Amino acid sequence: MSLSVDIRHRLGGFTLDARFEAPPGITALFGRSGAGKTSVIRAVAGLLHPDGGRIAVDGEVLTDTETSVHVAVHRRRIGYVFQDARLFPHLSVGQNLAFGRLFGGRIARDEVERLVHLLDLRPLLGRGTADLSGGERSRVALARALMTRPRLLLLDEPLAALDAPRKAEILRYLFRLAEETSVPMLYVTHSVAEVAQIARTLVVLKEGAVQRSGPTAEVLADPAAVPALGVREAGAVLQATLHAHHPADGLSAITVGDVPLLMPEVEEPPGTLVRLRINAADVTLARERPATLSALNVVPVTVLSIRPGEGPGAAVALSLGPERILARVPRRALVALDLAPGLECFAVINATAISRADVSVGALA
Amino acid sequence: MIGWLTAQEWGIVLLSLRVSFWATLLSLPVGIAVALLLARGRFPGHGLLNALVHLPLVLPPVVTGYILLVVFGRRGPVGGWLEAQFDIVLAFRWTGAVLAAAIMAFPLMVRAIRLAVEAVDAGLEEAAATLGAGPVLRFFTVTLPLILPGILAGSVLAFAKAMGEFGATITFVSAIPGQTQTVPSAIYAALQVPGGEAGALRLVLVSVLVALGAVGVSEWLSRRTRKRVAGR
Repeated sequence: MSLSVDIRHRLGGFTLDARFEAPPGITALFGRSGAGKTSVIRAVAGLLHPDGGRIAVDGEVLTDTETSVHVAVHRRRIGYVFQDARLFPHLSVGQNLAFGRLFGGRIARDEVERLVHLLDLRPLLGRGTADLSGGERSRVALARALMTRPRLLLLDEPLAALDAPRKAEILRYLFRLAEETSVPMLYVTHSVAEVAQIARTLVVLKEGAVQRSGPTAEVLADPAAVPALGVREAGAVLQATLHAHHPADGLSAITVGDVPLLMPEVEEPPGTLVRLRINAADVTLARERPATLSALNVVPVTVLSIRPGEGPGAAVALSLGPERILARVPRRALVALDLAPGLECFAVINATAISRADVSVGALA
Repeated sequence: MIGWLTAQEWGIVLLSLRVSFWATLLSLPVGIAVALLLARGRFPGHGLLNALVHLPLVLPPVVTGYILLVVFGRRGPVGGWLEAQFDIVLAFRWTGAVLAAAIMAFPLMVRAIRLAVEAVDAGLEEAAATLGAGPVLRFFTVTLPLILPGILAGSVLAFAKAMGEFGATITFVSAIPGQTQTVPSAIYAALQVPGGEAGALRLVLVSVLVALGAVGVSEWLSRRTRKRVAGR
């Protein structure tokens, strides 16, 4: 299953002109507020009629302004988890779920049970929707959308109201769901951490236009994408294998290719594949191998490309084993260290700077 | 109460209740449709329809009654046709009183329902659509339950207005005792004859009781539905 979008739309002074492909798995639509993310997914859902363009899922045309095709919203079988949940206030939680099950794709009973269990909804079923917490509302909305057995799931910042542990849990669930069921998901977010954890494909929107799109690891490791992602948020995501645990001081040893790294302990068995994000600002460069360093991780890297920013910083793309990482260094250091593509140097990564929130289990696409 | 009122007065009260009941019930589907059209519709003539609906509110009731007589009288264009085609006569019958009361109460009903429709979050209907519900299902499973308090409030208002309707009714169907004499026209008639105050007072008391009952029932119903609609 895959989704192809190519639409143009004018909304007041705002022009949307977006074209991208979303292969199976999770595609993150990333951008600041006002970048047009919600307009794109509203068009995919059929809630917005674009002025021009074409939207197709798996070759089935949903919208085509040239042939005047516009499949009605309720016939698209596209799940939509709204940012504000939009639970029906006159129905209980259980009835909200039944609504999706009744009019949608008739999900099997054991699948309902699994969803209810997984999203921890059993205690909520008989309750009204008025005094649910933000997190509870998001979980109910997600379950309700899944009850329709959608062939595509649209998620508009669905986890904004959730606390960190619950967020991580649901991200894991979404990731697994996307992998297991091949339901493509379009996931709107403005958090690079979320993108790095679950998205196989990344589409960066800016002022209504697609600025970058492609496999997440590729886009995140591209210094040219740094301005679009935000300099503080930039950082590559890479694939590593869990090697050993050092419970005595709370660290785990991982390998990226054959390069060993230390990071805060991950509670998974050795051999597990993990993806982790290393924030560009947490990577320091050195020409010679520093002898003793609190950061613990000193690894040989090769400079791939350099992109000076508008301000004092520059983004440097580096190869680390088979993967790529990004470093954000002061522009002055480019000169001081005489950095240039092809140069072999050392990257210093603070072992404790790799945040637990940036680690997720599973293979990169 | 049966012993307290005379048989004739009891008949007047029952007639008024019957007229108001049918006036409310029959105008309800039309009222809901017009309220939806005014709240949601974008079409040429929107303003005209709005003015037309509100006309009975601003016209002198006698004028409304006269227009009804001209249009729905036995020689009127609609009245004549109704009699020829379906053998239905409205003028000077209790059915005519239903029509007069319904038209006079219509603006109040539409207003209350329209406010409720405008208060419904259109996002909920969008959500229902993404869950696979078509337009008709969406209306009956989401919109209608959410506007139910407004429909109830509008109905109670319309019923109360119909109970009190005087001018248009007396012009269109007169006040024939036992046929078209409703509570207000009976009170008026009783006050015109010497010694009629006692009878008038009893009917006034009935009017007050019915009004209080209607308000009480509507309060109770709307509190119940509002709670449900608010998701508690």
